[in-house]
Formats: sequence, structure tokens, C-alpha cells
Amino acid sequence: MAPVNMPVIEVRDLVKRYRKADRNAVDGVSFEVRQGEFFALLGPNGAGKTTTISILTTTLAPTSGRVLIGGADAILDSAAVRAQVGIIFQKPSIDLNLSGEENVRFHAILYGLYPYRPLYRMMPPEYRRQVSDLAGLLGLGRDIFKPVKKMSGGMTRKLEIIRGLMHRPRVLFLDEPTAGLDAASRRSLWDYLKEVRNASETTIFLTTHYLDEAEVADRICILDKGKVVKLGSPEELKAELLQEYLVIDARDRTRLRRELERRGLQFREAGPFQVLLDGHSAQDVIRSLDTELSVLRIHAPSLEDAYLKIVGGALE
Amino acid sequence: MKELNAILTVASRDVTKLLRDRTRLVFTLVFPFIFVGLMGGTLQSNLGRAAGFNFIGFIFTGVLGMTLFQSAAQGIISLIDDRENDFSQEMFVSPISRYSIVFGKVLGESGVSLFQAVPTFLLAFALRVPITLPVFLALIPASVFACFLGAGFGVAVMSVINSQRAAQQIFPFVLFPQFFLAGIFNPIKVLPWYLVPFSLVSPLRYPVDLFRGLLYAGRPEYSRVVLLDPLTNLAVMGAMFALFLVFGTWFFVRQETNR
Repeated sequence: MAPVNMPVIEVRDLVKRYRKADRNAVDGVSFEVRQGEFFALLGPNGAGKTTTISILTTTLAPTSGRVLIGGADAILDSAAVRAQVGIIFQKPSIDLNLSGEENVRFHAILYGLYPYRPLYRMMPPEYRRQVSDLAGLLGLGRDIFKPVKKMSGGMTRKLEIIRGLMHRPRVLFLDEPTAGLDAASRRSLWDYLKEVRNASETTIFLTTHYLDEAEVADRICILDKGKVVKLGSPEELKAELLQEYLVIDARDRTRLRRELERRGLQFREAGPFQVLLDGHSAQDVIRSLDTELSVLRIHAPSLEDAYLKIVGGALE
Repeated sequence: MKELNAILTVASRDVTKLLRDRTRLVFTLVFPFIFVGLMGGTLQSNLGRAAGFNFIGFIFTGVLGMTLFQSAAQGIISLIDDRENDFSQEMFVSPISRYSIVFGKVLGESGVSLFQAVPTFLLAFALRVPITLPVFLALIPASVFACFLGAGFGVAVMSVINSQRAAQQIFPFVLFPQFFLAGIFNPIKVLPWYLVPFSLVSPLRYPVDLFRGLLYAGRPEYSRVVLLDPLTNLAVMGAMFALFLVFGTWFFVRQETNR
């Protein structure tokens, strides 16, 4: 879904210094997220991702700066902000002592969607219909009335997301939502989130360590040591930071080296030759060479390469 | 209305959790037997005659106050662990007032504590503690107030402690001395002068004394057992509860967001 050009999240000069800390955990961060956008916050451990998301979801007060969510100030009008957002925490926040339905009911009542009733059968028909639809979506059927502790990790995560979307939030915050899930559960969760995005204009704000998850975002913000080091689409980040190059080799390396020098092409010798394309097309380069090649491939940079280049120092 | 619904749903969650926790339910039955049955019986046999009044009744009121107060306070303090690990994250990001969350928790943990009072009462009846029907009917609302005070005390303690580990270390230090300063098992009609101020600021002293005021009302030993009249005890409990709840919640929220 194409993002609408209206900011739903506005962060200006955000600073957070924890008590007794000798440096800022978040240090002058500014960005905007548009309605319907899929925005990913990336960074190594200690970069300030969780601090930022905690301030945006009103559970932590900033030292200075301004945060607006849907026009409401996160510090002065936190209740209005909380009504507009859904949050999926890093640690599961489902109550294992309750059934899936009781967890959903608890959420629906806290968000003022339905009045309190002690039992499911006393809840309004509209609620019961919604629960039945949710159970169908999760493939749970009557199992939604069983204790959550009997559900798989992936199923619990899905239940959390469904619960987080019940009050139709404008922004869904996902704080490393797939941590601890197996590959199949991760895939299934992202397929479901894709459906959610296609069906509604929900803005998704994600923090993750998995770069393949961030790669499908509309924009990525990379934090390092509390500062924004890069902000842009995955393609922009890759294009700006990394160049494509051609990997070639020949049995007669001396001849190939001489030929590359004669043509004025920039190259490195790292075993095979890495020829920077630098505006040339791969075809032009190959066409200009007469030496018979034994290896030929194009190296296209991944987001992971770009990310490691940006925060390489911090990760070591 | 939205806040009221939220308070009720937060409260009902605690009661539901208790009913599904078999270990806790068994402990609830065993706990009063140990204190009222064993300790009360032993003290009645050895000290009851010398003291000149029904010591099992004295222990029953003390244990009832202690059970309600401690259980409600501990239930509230579990919110510290909850907010780090599970479901209460969900409560704290919902668009309801912090006061509603804490008050819902106070109600819920009070409900749980009251449930734990049932076996204490049954044992007291079995041991022939002289509880008449009017006394029993008066003890019910008094028990509710005792739970509220315990929960309020829990909120106050929680507001100055920021981790479950610290709570586990500090809570016994603020609770156990109260068992003696409030006279759960021991008469405190006469205390050394240096313990009097500590006894007066021990919240547990007032619900226990309220129970004794109701149980021993109209009996010759009333003046030897009871410290303050029930209305004074109630007024002190009300003031302490309001103070704990308002300032405790304010400090708790402030500490939580201004880390």
C-alpha cells in the first residue's frame, strides 16, 4: 500500500539520558513516519531502539525533545497517544494463566470497546462474533477457550498481534516481534502482517535485528550510539553506501590485469578481480575485455552489507 | 464508565488467577491451620489462663489481620515482577488512568485475600472462638477494610522499590517487624517507650485492633486487649489508605516513566 504523505509520528530532537548514565541513550533523534508507512528502526544492541520505542509508546519520559503521535503529544497527552497505538512487546505480554479469549476480552475492555462482563457468554453478540472470526483466522476454533500456555510460540505471537489490532490502532509498534520464533512461525507472522497492511492503513513501526525483515520496509532508520546514522529506503541506503562490482578472473591474470589498467577501470585484486562498475554497465565492461575469463559474476550489495558497513565498528 | 469497566476487569483477572492456581489454594487452607490451630492452641494452653482471656480468639484476630494485610500487600508488589515479565505491560500501555490500574489491582488482590480469610474463619468456628452472628457480620466489612489497607501499603512499598529482587529483600523487613509491633501473637498493651512510636506507625496494628475491638466488645477483657475504639481504628485506616494510594501511585508512575 502506498503511504499517504501525512506524518502520523513526528519525533523532534529527542534526547534521553537515564539516571546515573554518563551518556545519552538517545541523542538528538528526529524523524517522521507517514500514515500507512512500514518504518523499521535498526541498530546494534545499545543503539537506543528500545528507549525510542518506549518513549513513543509513553512508557518512558524523554529528557528533552518532542514526540507527536497522530497529533497528540506523547508527554502531555499520553492517554490520547495510547488510544491510537497498538504494541507488540519484545517479551510476550499474553497472560499464560488465562485463555486466548480471556486475553482478548481483557484487552477489548481496557480499550473501552465493550463493557465489563465476567463471562464470555455474557459479552455482547458483536464481541462473540469477533472472537469467533479471530479463532478462525488463527485456525484455533474452540481452542481459543483453552489456556494460552497450551498454544505454540508462533500462535501466541499471532494472538498478541490480533489483540493489538482489535481497537484499530493507527500505528502498530512491533518491538522485535519474531525474537525466539522458529523460521516457519516467522514466515507465517510476516504473511499475516502483510495481509493486515493490505487490508488497512495501519502504520507499522518495527524494531528488529533481522535485516531481511527490515529490507521489506518502506524506510529504514539506522540508529547507532543513540544517533540517527542513516535514514532512507532500503534501495537508497544500499545505493548510497555500496557500489556494485563485477567479480572476474582468468587463467592469464597478468594479461587481464594489464587489460583492466589499459581500459582505465577501477579494480581490486582479492583472489579474483573486483571491478567497480561505477556507472558502467556490466555488459560494457565484459564487452571491452578480450582476455578469456574463467570466473564471471555480478556482486549486488545486500542491506546486510550496508548495515555492517554503517555499524561495523559498534558490532565488533 | 470506561475506567470503571477497566477497574473491574483488572480486579477480576487476579481472582481468576487465584482460582486456577491449585498450589496457592492448598497453601491458603494450610496457612490458617498452622497459625490459629497450632500456635493459638499452644498459647491458649500455656498462656491463656495466666492472661485471663481467650487466647485463641486473640490469635485468630491477629492471624486474620496478618493474612488479609500481607496477602493483599504481596499481591500488589507482584506488579513489579508483572510489569517486567508479562501481562501488565499490556495494562500500562492501554489508554486508562494509572490510578484505575492500581485501584483495580487493589480490588482484585483484596478479593483474593478475602478468599483466603474463609478457611481462617472456618477454623475459628471449629476451635470455638466466641464469634456471635453480629460479630461475624461486623467482621466482614472490617476484613474488606483490612485488605484495602494492606493493598494500599503494597502500593506505597512498590512506589519506592524498582525491581522484584529488591522487593523480595526489602518487603520482609517492612512486614515482619509489624507482626510484633501490631501484636499479632503478643499483647502490646504495654510496650517499652522506644517501641511505642514504631508500633503507632505500623499500619497492621489498626486492622488487628479493629478486629479485637469487634470480637471482645462487651466482654470483661475488652479493656485489657483492645487499644483503640473501632471507629478511631477505622478513621486511621481510612487516612492511611488514602495517603498510600494517592502518593504511592503518583510515585510509582513517576518512577516508572522517569527512569
